[in-house]
Amino acid sequence: MSRLLVRGGRILDPARNRDEAGDVLIEDGVIVAVDAAIDTRGAEVLDAEGGWIAPGFVDLHAHLRVPGQEYKEDIASGGRAAVAGGFTAVACMANTQPVNDDPSVTDYILDRARQDSPARVYPVAAATRGLAGEVMTEMVALVKAGAVAFSDDGRTIMDSGVMRRVLEYSRLVERPVITHAEDRTLVGEGVVNEGPVSTRLGLPGNPAAAEAVHVARDLMLAELTGAHLHVAHVSTAGAVELIRRARERGVHVTAEVTPHHLTLTDEATAGYDTHTKMAPPLRSAGDVRACREGLADGTLDAIATDHAPHAVHEKEVEFTLAPPGIIGLETALAVVLELVREGVLSPLELVRRLSTEPARILKLAAGSLAVGAPADVVVVDPERRWTYDAAKGYSKSRNSPWDGRAFDGRVVATVVGGSLVYHADRGVLVP
Amino acid sequence: MIATDLIAVEDLERADLERILETAERMQELSRRTVKKVPTLRGRTIVNLFFEPSTRTRTSFEIAGKRLSADVINFSTSSSSLSKHESILDTARTLDAMQPDAVVVRHQVAGVPKRIADVLDSPVINAGDGAHEHPTQALLDLLTVQQEKGRIDGLTVAIVGDIVHSRVARSNIYGFLKMGAEVRVAGPPTMLPAGIETLGVKAFISLREALDGADVVMALRIQLERLAGSLFPSIREYAETFGISRATLRYAKDDAIVMHPGPVNRGVELAHDLADHRPSVILDQVRNGVALRMAVLYLLAGRERAVGAEGPL
Amino acid sequence: MAHETARSPASPGSEPASGGAASGSVVLDDTGIRRALMRIAHEIVERNQDLGRLYLVAVPNGGIPLARQLAENLRQIADADVTVGILDTTLYRDDLISRGERPRLRRTEMPSVVDDRIVVLVDDVASTGRTIRAAMDALMDFGRPRAVQVVALVDRGHRELPIRIDYVGKNIPTQIGDSVQLRGEDGGLEGPLRVVVVPAGAEGGA
Repeated sequence: MSRLLVRGGRILDPARNRDEAGDVLIEDGVIVAVDAAIDTRGAEVLDAEGGWIAPGFVDLHAHLRVPGQEYKEDIASGGRAAVAGGFTAVACMANTQPVNDDPSVTDYILDRARQDSPARVYPVAAATRGLAGEVMTEMVALVKAGAVAFSDDGRTIMDSGVMRRVLEYSRLVERPVITHAEDRTLVGEGVVNEGPVSTRLGLPGNPAAAEAVHVARDLMLAELTGAHLHVAHVSTAGAVELIRRARERGVHVTAEVTPHHLTLTDEATAGYDTHTKMAPPLRSAGDVRACREGLADGTLDAIATDHAPHAVHEKEVEFTLAPPGIIGLETALAVVLELVREGVLSPLELVRRLSTEPARILKLAAGSLAVGAPADVVVVDPERRWTYDAAKGYSKSRNSPWDGRAFDGRVVATVVGGSLVYHADRGVLVP
Repeated sequence: MIATDLIAVEDLERADLERILETAERMQELSRRTVKKVPTLRGRTIVNLFFEPSTRTRTSFEIAGKRLSADVINFSTSSSSLSKHESILDTARTLDAMQPDAVVVRHQVAGVPKRIADVLDSPVINAGDGAHEHPTQALLDLLTVQQEKGRIDGLTVAIVGDIVHSRVARSNIYGFLKMGAEVRVAGPPTMLPAGIETLGVKAFISLREALDGADVVMALRIQLERLAGSLFPSIREYAETFGISRATLRYAKDDAIVMHPGPVNRGVELAHDLADHRPSVILDQVRNGVALRMAVLYLLAGRERAVGAEGPL
Repeated sequence: MAHETARSPASPGSEPASGGAASGSVVLDDTGIRRALMRIAHEIVERNQDLGRLYLVAVPNGGIPLARQLAENLRQIADADVTVGILDTTLYRDDLISRGERPRLRRTEMPSVVDDRIVVLVDDVASTGRTIRAAMDALMDFGRPRAVQVVALVDRGHRELPIRIDYVGKNIPTQIGDSVQLRGEDGGLEGPLRVVVVPAGAEGGA
């Protein structure tokens, strides 16, 4: 029997609304006690030293690039990057090569994960074959193979008739359809947020309306079909407001926002650094403010990284040619701690958005420190200063706007299934 | 209710259905004779006006008419008003001038038999209009169940498949409900029509729940060419989730019967081994189809439209 | 079909009122019917050498209890085991295509083949002869009988076709508009039977 005692921390369990000092005892991969002071009794001890003890973070949205683009990232490197960032579970998107639109690909991903990843990996299967936006995938077969949701992320389903059928059919398997909501015909050539910044920079703009138009469409279709729609990487005030009102009407919608859309504005693109180019693009200050408010009032349920590794040579090209996206697993927590310091969220609410809500949306047994729950736990030191060096990170890729940046607050330790897989002082602890 | 057309089961009362079924039972006896013909409609003309091709139904009506000694004329055209440069109603009026004793109409667009009936003096029988109704199919299904089970009242009937596009489903829903059965429909969410429950049925996306305790399992034909990919992802997935097999039949009653309007996509709506053997009664349905259509022709053909005619056929 | 009454072939368009709704005079009571059927049975025996070929075919509905009684009688007096069949003639009628409602079809049960048999058609009331003609047409579609003979419990005259009744229970003169019916208990054909004549105009209208 293996026992691990996580001792002396501030227990943050959003599932049961607990924010109090205490210890967490783990036995054979399961949480067996959460209390003020638990007797060590032969357990291995992990000292939280007053830091947060929270359920492991769950990333709703990451690109692990397997199969087919292992030069950018693979399951091993992605899994390590995840636990280094406090994520005990990661949902990986389907825009791989080949696309994950077939149970054989889903099987492959899960097989690699079982062998190589210290974090749990949950495949998101494609909503349409080949991400072509025309023919829906075999959702029943894919869920049976282990898919937890469906998404054409990377692309958008432009045909409303197809989107309607996809949402409708998804009710059969009771899984969310995750939409990358951008009207391609409005995005056009746009690479940065359309506004004063794009004008100054002389780069083609991507208007906020492109997102709002599509979110509106998807929300109406979700209402029509009664399906569960999850909106990925919300970036605009317009989208936030639409989601808020739809939820009031009873539409079954959930939504996520990325750390970068909560903390960076389009001003960050001023230097033409392609590490500030992502889809959807960084938006105006007003949009960032609306996203923060949305996160605070629960309109936006979760924080997800949209971890999108790209090789150095791919990003070191003209701004308009560079593939959009940044990595984010290892920096997510440090970046969003700013929200706690600025009073946007309490620590408990932050953990809720990083862990409990994502788990609920994907129907995973995670996001909770209840007795009997799987022992996926993260320890955070909200004050620990460190500098992020992308080259030394676990991800194979380095496309991060925070490379070289100093942060206050860090993931100190990550436990998956009762095993300590990462410690800030020792690195990832699996072979 | 117009007493001299058969356009929709929705328009019929239970008494009408019982009359038709009773008459069909009498006609069944005829098919057991050596001389399967009676002179009842001798000298009468029945026109099969089929705008949508169909060998099975048309042949069934033809045999029915001929067994009653009628002259049956087949007028098949896959043309619509547009291509023929003659409107549907003009075609019908031309026909009417020849004074047929009954006109059997099938069209891929809903409502055409009704419009033709409005214009014609002759009795019109709907042999299937778009996704609207196919009354004689539902009637022969009712006959089959009544003879298998001895009754229809109180039975639980589950109709599985593409309900949205199915006239057979609609006619059967009305028919079985009027005869006192409980009716359920099941299929992928993309194939259940909006507001179907307002007809008085319960809709299911779980095959298991739909079949639970059912006495009759009716599988509908899936139009593979037209629908795979848009309403459901693949034939394979449809077959695995909604196909009726011995395994899924176990959710139904032990003595449940399996029906299908035909033709069957083997391995899709019905497992291969179910299509030909008990508990499938598909061949009985076909057999009963002729007797049923004879009954309908007997009751309607040649009758003049009495002004203000009321009551059962 | 609870209320099936004997149909008068003389007026196909008008349905006689069911049950004992309209009064009428009883022209033949149960005892009279039994005597007539017994006499007819003797006549049949007398006329037909080969009782083994006999096939009683009832014209529904009235002919059914009569044919059964005849079969019983033949068993009693000649120890003959005579097959009884039922042959509905509705589909062979010459007056079907009219503006009115189509008549209900009745059950046909022909347990034996007709070929080379002496078929004795049994009907309750004979009048115009059209029902018998229809019955013969129907019979011919079943096969080729050696001979066809006809029993009618009541012959009320008014022939329109050259049809001869071989065995008559009782001749009853009537007006054309009158209705002559075989009735049993409670509007059906069970129990003690009687033949009733309802004069023209006395009915409530069909």
